[in-house]
Amino acid sequence: MSKSNTISPRETAASRNFGTMLKELDWRRYVIYLGFVVVFLFFAILLRDQGFLSPNNLLNIFRQTATITVMAVGMTYVIACAEIDLSVGSVAGLSSVCTAMALSQWGLVPGILAGLAVGLVVGSVNGALVSLLGIPSFLVTLGMLGIAVGVAQWITASAPQPILNDTFNMLFGSGNFGPVPGLIVWSAIFVAIGAVVLNRTRFGRQVLATGGNRNAAEFTGINTKRIKFQVLLISGMAASVAGMLYAGRLQSGRFQWGAGDELSAIAAVILGGTSLFGGFGSVIGTLFGALLIGLINNGLILAGLDSSQQQVVRGAIIILAVALARKK
Amino acid sequence: MNTSDNVVEMHSISKGFNGVSVLKDVSFDVRKGEVHALAGGNGAGKSTLMKILQGVYQADEGEILIGGQPVAIKSIQDAKAAGIGMVFQEFSLVPSLTVAQNIFLASEPLSAGGLIDDRAAVRRAKEIFADMEVNVDPRAEVSRLGTAYWQLTEIAKALSQDAQVLIMDEPTASLARHESEALFELIDRLKQRGISIIYISHRMDEVYRLADRITILRDGRRLLTDALTDVTPGQIVEGIVGKKIEGQMAYRARDHVAHDGPPLLEVHGLNAGRRVRDVSFALRPGEILGLAGLMGSGRTELARVLFGIDRLDSGEVLIRGKKTNLASPQQAIDAGVALIPEDRRAQGLILDHSVRDNLLLPLLGQLRRGPLLDSAKGKELSSSLIKKFAVKVAHPHRPVRLLSGGNQQKVVIAKWLGTDPDILILDEPTAGVDIGTKSEILDMIRELANAGKAVIVISSEYPELLAVSDRVLVLKDGTVIRDIPRSDIADEEYLQLAVQGV
Ligand SMILES: Nc1ncnc2c1ncn2[C@@H]1O[C@H](COP(=O)(O)OP(=O)(O)OP(=O)(O)O)[C@@H](O)[C@H]1O
Ligand SMILES: [Mg+2]
Repeated sequence: MSKSNTISPRETAASRNFGTMLKELDWRRYVIYLGFVVVFLFFAILLRDQGFLSPNNLLNIFRQTATITVMAVGMTYVIACAEIDLSVGSVAGLSSVCTAMALSQWGLVPGILAGLAVGLVVGSVNGALVSLLGIPSFLVTLGMLGIAVGVAQWITASAPQPILNDTFNMLFGSGNFGPVPGLIVWSAIFVAIGAVVLNRTRFGRQVLATGGNRNAAEFTGINTKRIKFQVLLISGMAASVAGMLYAGRLQSGRFQWGAGDELSAIAAVILGGTSLFGGFGSVIGTLFGALLIGLINNGLILAGLDSSQQQVVRGAIIILAVALARKK
Repeated sequence: MNTSDNVVEMHSISKGFNGVSVLKDVSFDVRKGEVHALAGGNGAGKSTLMKILQGVYQADEGEILIGGQPVAIKSIQDAKAAGIGMVFQEFSLVPSLTVAQNIFLASEPLSAGGLIDDRAAVRRAKEIFADMEVNVDPRAEVSRLGTAYWQLTEIAKALSQDAQVLIMDEPTASLARHESEALFELIDRLKQRGISIIYISHRMDEVYRLADRITILRDGRRLLTDALTDVTPGQIVEGIVGKKIEGQMAYRARDHVAHDGPPLLEVHGLNAGRRVRDVSFALRPGEILGLAGLMGSGRTELARVLFGIDRLDSGEVLIRGKKTNLASPQQAIDAGVALIPEDRRAQGLILDHSVRDNLLLPLLGQLRRGPLLDSAKGKELSSSLIKKFAVKVAHPHRPVRLLSGGNQQKVVIAKWLGTDPDILILDEPTAGVDIGTKSEILDMIRELANAGKAVIVISSEYPELLAVSDRVLVLKDGTVIRDIPRSDIADEEYLQLAVQGV
């Protein structure tokens, strides 16, 4: 009914003038950029004496959000496809552990491969259960969250696994590439590839189509089962890379790394304007969503709030932002 | 047999679902550049036959020839490759993508680097629309466009894939009059370009306006295929319905309107949103009030306010002389109002729930036994409704989604009449129903009114409106511009002029 439209098909396109375009501009999808600027300015003024604007602090914000950003890029695909992946945080933990163990046993390359293998296996299992058996991704990945944490804790007997391989630590998070911190390079790579693939490739278009109207996609000849499998695989792989970034930055593998990150990643994606109902996705928005969360965390710490207060404020800000960005 | 100019031939197609046979030994062919109408009652198997041609279903038996060559159509891609395009009865576009993105979905033009070239897509979409001689902005997001544009986009999508045969399944069901006319002109142009069109419709005037030949299906069998010049309208109707029906569209004067007592429903100076402005009218027991107007004239919006879906900004509604607050559909139902909504898929039914559950949804209050629902009584009640409204359904416990379009509409009507309302509002009650069912529904409306109920009928089909209404309110831009007793309306043309505000 809201779609009823009285213009005849022959009406000229010229009637799509600037005014209607402005009215049609879906500002809700861009609210993240506004929110980011507002929060940034707010902290910049409020916390100018606490060194909020110092280059070091700003770099820190980027560095601390890198792992969330990487996971959230994968999550953008999943959510744009109208699915969800709750297992990313614990997959990161498991990957950090496996990488650390393989690294100390067999060396650098096997270590990296072990981490990626975690993402490959978990992502494929998630994807297969969702697309082939038709189990809702919410349930599959909720189960997988428990399994991955459990396995990580089990194989390490809950002990941290130190990483002494400097090359690995330098590559994954502790070092710089030239003047730029490695973590920033990693997020930049993920965001750049993620954005191009989602917006400019057939695969990305098919993800959006599957999320927007699965029947239509199916009738257009898109294999929507395969697409669902692939987005969950991508998310698993991204999470395993995030786990290795934890391992490299903190120079150890631990099952707790990444715990609870699924919520931050989902929040970043939704804040970034990707529709929870599928069909829309913006990787750049996701980046800003993740940065906004990092900004808030950082600002609250500088403002001297203790961690319980931080949680309350963070939760409230996220609800507020999502409420503003929600579908009409 | 000269088959050289047959682009499509389907031989002896049979198809069943779960042991229920739906198509029996049906043969069907389409010539180059013709419009071939496919007619038949609800559930006759028209959509199923076309879905087989389109690769959505596979036939259990039979053979398909395209351009004289036998082909196996196992998927939608196969059908597309064979040059068959479909404008789906249920639209198949992705609302969150733009028109151009939808047209080239899964076959996007790529740039040298292997990335999608959206600009080329827009350019090519423009060319296709220019060829179709219609004006659609390829960059517009589909969810923001009206249904007429959705359809044009679907047609463009099929043409972009070099479709030689276009299947249109009830394409005008959700179009306004002038939009339909634009579509017909487009069909004429496509025909001239040598494109064949299979046209499914329940509206006889459209079939006569467009088709060269007609095939009638009844209960899954082919009854006849003939040139339209060789069959009379009477024969077609009889073929579809299985019996003669006469005068279904004729107005029969009724004098059941209770003129003395107080009106059942009174509306004074109603304002709501932008589409309902200062509407006043009264409705008496036994009266059928037709609402006429163009799309966007506020008819549906008025119905929504009366059913408590949209809030009124000012004005008052009196039911049985008492001022009534209609803040929610529940309050409206309690006051004896029922609305049969225009879009059965979106508003009328829970498609994945069973026929029975859908029927019983508004009746749950009557089915309580202690804290539980009385399922035996529910079964009984739903079977009696199915029987009473002649819903063609093999298994009432299976999803309503599996019913044919017309039978779904019957379920919606049955569902609401089960609540025994005093004031019944029907918004496009015969959209997608066959001629036989249509006359049944019109009879039903008359009977309800004869039993003392008040009925409001919204319809874009003037003959239908004129067949039942005792009085017609003409709406324009949300206001009542005319209030005409049926006896003052000489013919369809008179009403049409009134609607246009002349
Ligand atoms: N997937 C399915 N599973 C089971 N039954 C089905 C399925 N699809 C269609 N049917 C049944 O097949 C019969 C024919 O349906 P179809 O949709 O082809 O009818 P139709 O001629 O298009 O009717 P309408 O004019 O109402 O659209 C109906 O009785 C319907 O219930
Ligand atoms: Mg049909």
